[in-house]
Amino acid sequence: MRKLFPYLRPYRLRIVLIVTFIFLQVLGNLYLPTLMSEIVDNGVLKGNLPYIVRMGGFMLGVSIVAVGFSITASYLSSQTAASFGKHLRRDLFAHVQTFSLEEIDRFSTASLITRTTNDITQVQQLVNMMLRMMIMAPLNCIGGVLMAVYTDAKLSLVVWLMLPVLAGVIVLVFGRASRLFRLMQGKIDVLNRVLRENLTGIRVIRSFNQVAREAERFDRANADLTDTTTRVQKIMAALSPALMLIINLAVISILWFGGIRVANGKMEIGSLMAFIQYVTQLLFAIMMVSMMFFMIPRANASANRIWEVLSSETRIQNPKSPRSEPQAAGLVEFRGVTFRYPGAEAPALSDISFVARPGEVTAIIGGTGSGKSTLVSLIPRFYDVEAGSVLVGGIDVREWDQEALRGQIGYVPQKSVLFSGTIADNIRVGREDASDEEVREAARIAQALEFIEQMPDGFDAVVEQGGRNLSGGQKQRLCIARALVRRAPIYIFDDSFSALDFRTDARLRQALREAVRDATVIIVAQRVNTIRDANQIVVLDEGRVAGMGTHEELLASCQVYREIVRSQLGEEVTA
Amino acid sequence: MSQDRREMQAMRPPMPMRHGGIRPGMPVQKPKDFGGTARRLMRYFRPHAWRIALVFIMTVLGTLFSILGPDVMKGITNDLVAGLRHEWMHLPGPAFRWGDILRILEELTGLYVLSSLFSYLQQYMMAGVAQKTVYALRREVYAKLERLPLSFFDGRPIGDVMSRFVNDFDNIGNTLQQALLQFVSSIVTFVGVIAVMISISPLMTLVMFLTLPLSFYVTRFVTKRSQGFFVGQQRSLGLLNGHIEEIYTGHAIVRAFNMERRALETFDRHNEALYESGWRAQFVSGLIFPLNNFIGNLGYVLVSVIGGLFVARGTISIGDIQAFILYARQFSQPITQLSSISNVIQSTIASAERIFELLDEPEEAPDPEHPVRLREPRGAVAFHHVSFRYKEDQPLIEDLNLEVEAGQTVAIVGPTGAGKTTLVNLLMRFYDVREGAITIDGVDIRDMTRADLRSLFGMVLQDTWLFHGSIRDNIAYGNPSASDEEIRRAARAARADHFIRTLPDGYDTVINEEASNLSQGQKQLITIARAILADPAILLLDEATSSVDTRTELLIQDAMQRLMEGRTSFVIAHRLSTIQNADQILVMNHGRVIEQGTHRELLEKGGFYAELHRSQFAGASVDEALREASQSGAAPISGSRSGSG
Repeated sequence: MRKLFPYLRPYRLRIVLIVTFIFLQVLGNLYLPTLMSEIVDNGVLKGNLPYIVRMGGFMLGVSIVAVGFSITASYLSSQTAASFGKHLRRDLFAHVQTFSLEEIDRFSTASLITRTTNDITQVQQLVNMMLRMMIMAPLNCIGGVLMAVYTDAKLSLVVWLMLPVLAGVIVLVFGRASRLFRLMQGKIDVLNRVLRENLTGIRVIRSFNQVAREAERFDRANADLTDTTTRVQKIMAALSPALMLIINLAVISILWFGGIRVANGKMEIGSLMAFIQYVTQLLFAIMMVSMMFFMIPRANASANRIWEVLSSETRIQNPKSPRSEPQAAGLVEFRGVTFRYPGAEAPALSDISFVARPGEVTAIIGGTGSGKSTLVSLIPRFYDVEAGSVLVGGIDVREWDQEALRGQIGYVPQKSVLFSGTIADNIRVGREDASDEEVREAARIAQALEFIEQMPDGFDAVVEQGGRNLSGGQKQRLCIARALVRRAPIYIFDDSFSALDFRTDARLRQALREAVRDATVIIVAQRVNTIRDANQIVVLDEGRVAGMGTHEELLASCQVYREIVRSQLGEEVTA
Repeated sequence: MSQDRREMQAMRPPMPMRHGGIRPGMPVQKPKDFGGTARRLMRYFRPHAWRIALVFIMTVLGTLFSILGPDVMKGITNDLVAGLRHEWMHLPGPAFRWGDILRILEELTGLYVLSSLFSYLQQYMMAGVAQKTVYALRREVYAKLERLPLSFFDGRPIGDVMSRFVNDFDNIGNTLQQALLQFVSSIVTFVGVIAVMISISPLMTLVMFLTLPLSFYVTRFVTKRSQGFFVGQQRSLGLLNGHIEEIYTGHAIVRAFNMERRALETFDRHNEALYESGWRAQFVSGLIFPLNNFIGNLGYVLVSVIGGLFVARGTISIGDIQAFILYARQFSQPITQLSSISNVIQSTIASAERIFELLDEPEEAPDPEHPVRLREPRGAVAFHHVSFRYKEDQPLIEDLNLEVEAGQTVAIVGPTGAGKTTLVNLLMRFYDVREGAITIDGVDIRDMTRADLRSLFGMVLQDTWLFHGSIRDNIAYGNPSASDEEIRRAARAARADHFIRTLPDGYDTVINEEASNLSQGQKQLITIARAILADPAILLLDEATSSVDTRTELLIQDAMQRLMEGRTSFVIAHRLSTIQNADQILVMNHGRVIEQGTHRELLEKGGFYAELHRSQFAGASVDEALREASQSGAAPISGSRSGSG
């Protein structure tokens, strides 16, 4: 939590104001008993009725001023907490935008989402509570002690004695409980995980007759959690009765010693009454805060998770003097590239070298896990290589300005990703300033025009979140249109035709050939017959280049390629 | 479908975390049947009835003792005042009756010690009761899940069940632990304080009551105003979270197309809207505390002034005022507390309702009382006039007949949604047939227990499910007593041994939460090894090798062939090349078997399958090939699928 405090720095002035206002309000509330004691000592005991009424009016005035301060403080603190949350959330979001896929993989998308949504809300709530309630407790303590000393310095010794005892009890209880709290949180996670596994794997569990075993696993997690929670609750049960008892004993001592002082004429009876009220007010303040301590461990865990993201810098940074113009437009070259996912034992790609030229189609083929997608994700610099270099437009990708580099590439992903907005919006993701005509043309080439025009709103038809209202093939074609509208010198198709039916596929390839004739085209493919005509085929096997050449050349020279072909086309073709 | 579900899980809006008490003015989810649900929830307390009775008694006593405090305390003040008067008037004898004061102090000490003791014991005992109740309820719901048919799980997102488990139970646990006792003690305090106040001075009590309607009015006013802001806040939060999910999930695309700035602009818009409604909601709802505090002060002033006047006239004593002042604070508290507790209880009952909804779901038909058990299963499977539909108004399988001899391999081909996986569902009795019957070795599967029936099958699904644990345990899942050597052999047969041994901890490598340390293909190999180890009489392979590349598939194929030898096998495949050797091929479409025969027979027939075969060897998958085939008019496929064509 402490690490996020810098985010509160811009609000220093406001926080000072809030503290001041709350302190004034606290003093106002504490001043009331003092006034009451005046009423008792000077009005009631002396039978001065007009004095009583006059002081009553004064008390009313103090109350009104106090509530005014309180509302102002609450106004400021609501805004401050919300604004703190807003900026923290924005920073986090903007920071995640700079991440390379490496960091995304490390944190996992789901976890990053939770951190940006839930965790921020948790922390914001804590800040809100801190500004409203928590700072009130110490202020109340200070105010109460001040008033006590002011009223009767000797008697205030009781308060001085009581405070450390109170603090001791709170520290003791929370010291024991906070460890258990953390333990409990872990056990909640375990229970949730077991349940989630049970829900996702229900078919497997039932078919392997493992229902009883899973039930046992769940029961163990359930009992474990129950046990820890019970222990936490039993410890926490001591807190408020103990605090109550301490304060009440303090009141009793005040009555005794105060009584003696009153009898000796050192203190007035009204002051004694006021004194007791200061102490009871103190009690309520402390009780309220002790309840709020519950929030801290949780918000603290959230804050740590947020900080973890904020403090991890992506390794992929722009160079000092980035290049933003290619030397040789469209040229893509791999020079002895080796790449390994962080922490992986074996490299995903080893010593890959090839050149993809403008006006040519380069196909990458290979088995599952042979590194095809990894290879193409190095071109837009989603990851950095371990050895060797990737050159785009004749320049090492690490020397490029990232934005300019990616501007060179029209990328079509394996999994179609669309964003909520209209169809036109989605195509314009490729190029913001594309004209309606260009958007239409891109859709036409991608064979998307037909289904777009069949929609009631055409290009203005709304795409729901994640493209839920479109079929797989439609999504894929929109992704292709999005890349085409870029008019980039380089196109990457990462297995991007898989959801298309046969005829559309054929028509699309035909149209593409025309449209991207001068560009460098890199196609990742599973099926041999879709890449037969490629100018160059790179065969990957376990992260290495197993062969390179045209279809015929590879059939003649490359064992791995022959096996792939045989597995797909049957014996007769290769024979 | 499972893929969709996994996505939904990732996309599901984050669950609201535990709320440290519901804020006033926040919209509360209202239960549909408060009384009924509350009574039902009460039933779970029955095993702890005497404990709860004891806790209640202690709560009442503890509260009463603390209420009596100020009333007893006033005696001291009165004694002191009397002593002072005594001195002023220079009366003879000791002015202060210290013995009397000491006696009162002892009494007070006793009261306070008891009050704290009771309050501790009550919370201590309640912790046990509340947690045990939640434990039992959780257990019951889990046991219920075991008895629910698969249609229940297929019909709703996992997030829905999860959120009931996580949030609703959390809610119930907290309420049982705290809100319930607070409720009791608030009521006792309220009633008790009024009673003591009336006994001291009915007139002054009336004065205090003047502030009550004000307090109610303020609470209502604030609640009404803040409601609107909370709704706005919720809406903005929903939009913002949706945007965050979308952008994070599409991160690679965002980077590839330099969308960062645009994404941030949209984010800022939603974030600003959230800020605007958010701080207002917090501010307005937070007004309740200062305003009620003010009303409390108002009462305080009234008591001081009017009380002062009364004392001056000699109607009441100074000690009475002191008691009243202390009571006035306790009096206004339960009102605010009760209104927030009633919200908490409402939302808890709503939570209980959602959990009871689960408990009331219709269960699977129970196993037969006298089940038939196949001692030596051969694996002859037959479908007799089987009809089935998932939805009442959408017939899927109609009058299906099928005769499979023991040891045969049956391949099932057809487009997505043709009912291939449904056959698996029916065979394993994940779903029950609507009409007709399925028999194994002549025995209706409904005459066996589900456990016995399922132990006949080994299954490898398209959806690879692994649990958080070592690879060894995952392979041994169907056969926990398997030896290391057996596990290794199964892994070798599935061509998984090599990659497993290259992992950092080999067979002891723990598969992480999202199983992201394995590729899809590797996961599939492990599930195949799992089926091999289980050594079943009948094999079900549902797109078992869909995520494995064609070369590896060829290698596994060989292992599968051996596995299938002598076993009845049902193979659902999307690549025709893998099923040419099947004894029977069923071509399915729209839940109907449209062609049936061996590979050769079907080719010779020159029908749907032959067309399929031709187009697939041009490189398409079954789905595409079928679409092609139907477009060229070779087979009757109506356009019910909304494919991409």
